[in-house]
Amino acid sequence: MSTGFEDIVITAPTSVAYTRFSNESAHWWLLAALRDMLAGAGLRPADIDGLTVSSFTLHPDSAVGFTQHAGLSLGWLEHLPMGGASGVIALRRAARAIQCGDASIVACLSGDTNQLDSFRQTLSRFSHFSNDAAWPYGSGGANGYFALIADHYMRRFGIARETFGQIAAAQRSNALYYPHALMKTPLSVEQYLDARMIASPLGLFDCVMPCAGSESFMVMRADTAHRLGLPAVRPLAIIERHNGFAEDPVQFRGGWTYDRDQLWQRAGCAPADMDFVQTYDDYPVISLMQLEDLGFFEKGAGDAFIAGHDLTCGGSFPHNTSGGQLSVGQAGAAGGFLGIVEAVRQLTGSAIGAAVPNARRALVSGFGMVNYDRGVCSAAAVLERANQPATAARHPTTTESEAAA
Amino acid sequence: MSADNATDNATDHPDTVAILAGLAAGLASAEIKIVDLTHRLDPDFPIIVLPPEFGQCAPFRMEEISRYDARGPAWHWHNISLGEHAGTHFDAPIHWISGRDLPNNTTDTLPVQKLVGQVCVIDCEAESDADDDYEMGVDKIAAFEAEHGEIPAQSWVLMRTGWSRRRGADYINLRADGAHSPGPDAAAVRFLVEQRDIIGFGTETVGTDTGQAVHSDPPYPAHYILHGAGRYGLQCLANLDQLPPTGAILVAAPLKIRQGTGSPLRVLALIP
Amino acid sequence: MTTSLPPLPEPVRKDPQKKTPSALIPPSARSRLGMRLSAEAARGRFRLPHCNACNQPVWPPREACPACLSSLQWRDADATGTLIAETTLETSPELYFRERTPWRVGTVDLAGGVPVMAHLHAQCRIGDTVTLRLFLDKADRAVFMAFSDLDSPDLREDIQLRELTNDPRHRRVLITDARTPAGVALAKAMTKAGAKRIFAGIGDAWKRDAAIEALEGMETVSTVPLDLTDTRSVEELCGEIGGKVDILVHNAEQVRPGGVMAGRGIADAKQLHEKLVFGFMRLAESFGPVMRSRGADGVNAATAWVNLLSVYAHANWPAYGQHSAAHAATLSLAQCLRGEMQGSGVRVMNAFAGPLEQDWHDQVLPPKVTADRLAREIVGALQGGQQDVYIGDVARDVAERFEDDAKLLEMELAGDGQ
Repeated sequence: MSTGFEDIVITAPTSVAYTRFSNESAHWWLLAALRDMLAGAGLRPADIDGLTVSSFTLHPDSAVGFTQHAGLSLGWLEHLPMGGASGVIALRRAARAIQCGDASIVACLSGDTNQLDSFRQTLSRFSHFSNDAAWPYGSGGANGYFALIADHYMRRFGIARETFGQIAAAQRSNALYYPHALMKTPLSVEQYLDARMIASPLGLFDCVMPCAGSESFMVMRADTAHRLGLPAVRPLAIIERHNGFAEDPVQFRGGWTYDRDQLWQRAGCAPADMDFVQTYDDYPVISLMQLEDLGFFEKGAGDAFIAGHDLTCGGSFPHNTSGGQLSVGQAGAAGGFLGIVEAVRQLTGSAIGAAVPNARRALVSGFGMVNYDRGVCSAAAVLERANQPATAARHPTTTESEAAA
Repeated sequence: MSADNATDNATDHPDTVAILAGLAAGLASAEIKIVDLTHRLDPDFPIIVLPPEFGQCAPFRMEEISRYDARGPAWHWHNISLGEHAGTHFDAPIHWISGRDLPNNTTDTLPVQKLVGQVCVIDCEAESDADDDYEMGVDKIAAFEAEHGEIPAQSWVLMRTGWSRRRGADYINLRADGAHSPGPDAAAVRFLVEQRDIIGFGTETVGTDTGQAVHSDPPYPAHYILHGAGRYGLQCLANLDQLPPTGAILVAAPLKIRQGTGSPLRVLALIP
Repeated sequence: MTTSLPPLPEPVRKDPQKKTPSALIPPSARSRLGMRLSAEAARGRFRLPHCNACNQPVWPPREACPACLSSLQWRDADATGTLIAETTLETSPELYFRERTPWRVGTVDLAGGVPVMAHLHAQCRIGDTVTLRLFLDKADRAVFMAFSDLDSPDLREDIQLRELTNDPRHRRVLITDARTPAGVALAKAMTKAGAKRIFAGIGDAWKRDAAIEALEGMETVSTVPLDLTDTRSVEELCGEIGGKVDILVHNAEQVRPGGVMAGRGIADAKQLHEKLVFGFMRLAESFGPVMRSRGADGVNAATAWVNLLSVYAHANWPAYGQHSAAHAATLSLAQCLRGEMQGSGVRVMNAFAGPLEQDWHDQVLPPKVTADRLAREIVGALQGGQQDVYIGDVARDVAERFEDDAKLLEMELAGDGQ
């Protein structure tokens, strides 16, 4: 039985402005995030003793190579190649390492570059299963695989494209205020419906734009954050699931369904208590699937739920408040951090775009790694604003001394 | 042989010096013309057709070794391959079973003195035009001699049929029962060998025998009789219509192939 | 009910002002396990890994059963499933598909729970019970295609299917040794399959026979001089028609009994090799590069190079030892050509046959393959996009024994000679 995260916080949410293409390496983007984050927190590189790295284009390097590249000496290191689930999972890993005393300040980095052919190259050698059984079939990549998922999902649950369009349009409204968003033109549901098809039933505005960028945050004890004067957020509960529902011939539910009762029970709250939600929106259909699988509405009732809610920051159900990947852009593995980084900003009152008024609690979910025909990894976290240190700083110590301990 | 000996020979036979000098002058002034009696060695020039269960003569083939390229930057050359009896070619006595035990019966041992000699050309064009299976008999030779005098001993005799102007399928003239082309009959060959002591016999067709000679008695009489008596054969000759009936000199020297049974060659004639 | 499809448009003549498109191929990267599917498909089989314990099929290929971790074995598989999802791709980052969109693919639920991504025949509809077939695509890699009605009269009107096959329809064919019974039968079968034009290669055109007359009597056939033993002849013909040959059939045959000691000697063997082995090389040197460059020439693309081989290319049959050797050498060169043709979209297909019904096999016991059957099966294999095809009972038997135990087959064939 796993324990809670009472004394753990997330802080220092950092985003490096995205670009459509970049000639820089993944290392450059990860280092830019690390540098900005440390500067913002008033820390030096040596203050960090734990690191997680998530990046597709770091290849052939791994997190290990990155430590040498960045000149970091660390007591704890994780390479988390979990795509869209890596943000939530990085938080979970880092929190447990700190709770166990293996690390004290963990930097969680994600970032990818996007050179002209990076996207195709990443897709064309994504996995053995993909090479053997998916990529040769039209090489649609994620668009092709999620088109099949969406096609089946729409037929099975009678979901209309308008619903996807409402999700996309609301996110675009949010993005208009978000400085890093690459897509800054308002989008209507009609424009969504009229756009050219990419892979039926997915049209142009169902798909994210691959780009370069990085996202990062830090995990530490609440008292450390308090001492450093860093606004912070508490994780209340976190779940992850890999290869759930392998028996479904086509994906119509994610692994969240396995673990959601546990999630809400441990968090001590319910979906209705969430002030906003950040889903992993590689496609609106997947956002919809997350919302229902995490209990926001009955499976298959997405049309009514979305139609009955305003998903913008000031609305009844604020969703993907930065604009999400659909409007900000998908910076590779950073897409799996965008939601959590944005959530921490919103909950600490430091939104750089539109703010959700008086946000106290939020849900962030992740979804990643289309190894063959579906996303294999799913994860979710319930977060809460930490107005005060969760526990009193009974042992006031310096960052350095904690690292030494 | 020393240079002195050569001088001695010339001194001993002063008339041959004059003859050769005259020949040289005649060649230089082109009063003596040289006629080429040879077909071009060509991959698609027909070769003799035998039933497929027999071994087959390889046709002429040519493969490039290099052509001023990476395989040889400054030079161009070929490898060629062909059967001894491909194209315009010479038959040595050992070619036929009747001549197999004769002395000096191969291309490398035959006496070179026989390879240049006078030539008689018997015109059978009219008869061959009329009959693909025309067989030249002794009577035709008698008629030739009545007009042009007796065929001298140690002559080449060529049978002119006009066949060399034929191409492809017409040349071999294959039907369901085999090839059809003119040639000598057994008696005529026997007459030329025994009564006229010829050096050899030549034709425009693919063999010295008729196309249907397998049915003759003996089969392939020209081959059988000529080679059995140590005489030579020439086949696939061309331009016989440019030769006078008598008075020309034939030059027909096969390659000096070890134990060769025949050889493709360039056949030339000197005409007045 | 099956929807009817409009006929594929007849290829138009190429616009001479337009560049010939470069050859593009679909993705070829596979794991070694994934390549196994291609090796099965190349032999015309539908085999998938199955669990040795629970007997369930598994896809994508793995190293163990995902249900019980038991080992897997490739076995003949049930090819029926249900089409549960589909999409029409309008764009693709891979150039091959980008040039060919829209492209339809789908997910087939095979055996209740095994999801198989597949190319879709145009007649497939969601919910249909479909049959999966394996084809080698233009990268010579196996891919699934789903069909709702394999007996549909419109089956071949599908553009995606045509990409996966080498159907002679609308295509121009060179038969390199057309004078043989197989050559004449091939000309007939190709005509029947809708070939636009057939170039019938005739060696020794100065020998006329009934075969030439039969060929000249066919409207689709143009006899052309071609002597496979003569480099210049091959070069000259390639100069004339090289750019028009979409399918080349190297069907040269010269059956002679005899082996090494008790054979017909070097001169005979040389001629055999000149025709079969070096004939193959001459064709490859001349026609090979031209076909390679035309692998994507629109609808008029060069598509296949077919070799007629003796099944004894795999293991020597001493009674016809020289013949086996020449075919073994040709097979080896065909494998080499296959490698050199990779990336061109031109398929190298080997058609293996046992003894043919012909004069030089008059002392061989039946079953023997008739020329008509040979031709029909070669055309069928082209339509099926196969890489290797075994024609007739003897060929299939020898192939099976070869795969089962090559050494045992060698010993058995040696025993036949006693």
